[in-house]
Amino acid sequence: MHIPDGYLSPQTAVPFIGAMIPIWGVATKKVKATLKKKETPLIALGAAFSFVIMMFNVPIPGGSSGHAVGAVLLAILLGPWAACIAVSTALIIQALVFGDGGILAIGANCFNMAVAMPFFGYYVYKWVRGSAPGLSRRSLWAAAIAGYFGINLAALLTSVEFGSQYHLFRSYDGTPLYFMYPLKVAVSTMMTEHLLIAGPIEAVVTALGFGFVAKSYPSLISEKDPSLPGDLPEVSVRG
Amino acid sequence: MVKAYRRLLTAVVVLIILSPLGLLATGTAFGEWGTDELVHEVGYIPIGLAKYAALWKHAVFPDYSIPGFDSGFLAQAVGYVASAVLGVVLVTVVVLVWTRLAGLGHDNNQ
Repeated sequence: MHIPDGYLSPQTAVPFIGAMIPIWGVATKKVKATLKKKETPLIALGAAFSFVIMMFNVPIPGGSSGHAVGAVLLAILLGPWAACIAVSTALIIQALVFGDGGILAIGANCFNMAVAMPFFGYYVYKWVRGSAPGLSRRSLWAAAIAGYFGINLAALLTSVEFGSQYHLFRSYDGTPLYFMYPLKVAVSTMMTEHLLIAGPIEAVVTALGFGFVAKSYPSLISEKDPSLPGDLPEVSVRG
Repeated sequence: MVKAYRRLLTAVVVLIILSPLGLLATGTAFGEWGTDELVHEVGYIPIGLAKYAALWKHAVFPDYSIPGFDSGFLAQAVGYVASAVLGVVLVTVVVLVWTRLAGLGHDNNQ
């Protein structure tokens, strides 16, 4: 899902960079207002997690491959704005140092995987979880479902960005200038891969990660629970 | 940070050690073909794509490998783990600088 340089026209790629700059600004402000001091290293850990989990490529039948992103897990644990900062950082380092994803395409890649995915996943999680307690069967399922839908929205956006190029940008002889398959092909191929393989992988990663953090650091989960008074220590809440 | 989040750090270290498992999937993701693969995959290289594909030439460890040290699974695995370590260090530094510049991690909410 890391769009390389050359697959999007500059007319498509540059506006995404333009959109990301104010989004990063707002994310920084929101995180400053809501995240506690002791939680700031968690954004770094989240970025590290996202970076490494994206290295776990999984074969997709037909000679392709895919991987989880981790953005929805971070959104559930730290909030979508902090997830935006963490995943954006991972994507920027991947592009600059490891050539994974383009430089001109960095705005589109960040928008897909560091904005759309964590925000959509976060709200799906909240909606499915409802008022279920921090670590419960229902909250684990909510995390899995949110991961599944989050990565699929990112894949859908990526495939539309790809496929639209074929219809919009042609050279003088009619051959595509950038991405070379029609929208229909891009959407159906990418969505098949992500609905069937990358989506379930993201679901498992999100639920496992959520369960692990909920068990190891229950305060991280309960502090985000709107039904509990924010500053009470864990013990007195559970009574 | 090390003490408070020890189990999370351990989890990241375990993931780094296991990362070469990701090398077992050798296929290129849809829409991420290199120009060499494009000829094989599509039959031609679109003009605009060719113009921008090599825009960035400073990737120190392209494709998470150490240049010139990537023949055989073991060498690739070493490069992959080294890339994971470097990546984790770099994202940590960037996030800490980002949050520090924003005034985070001083005394808000505390």
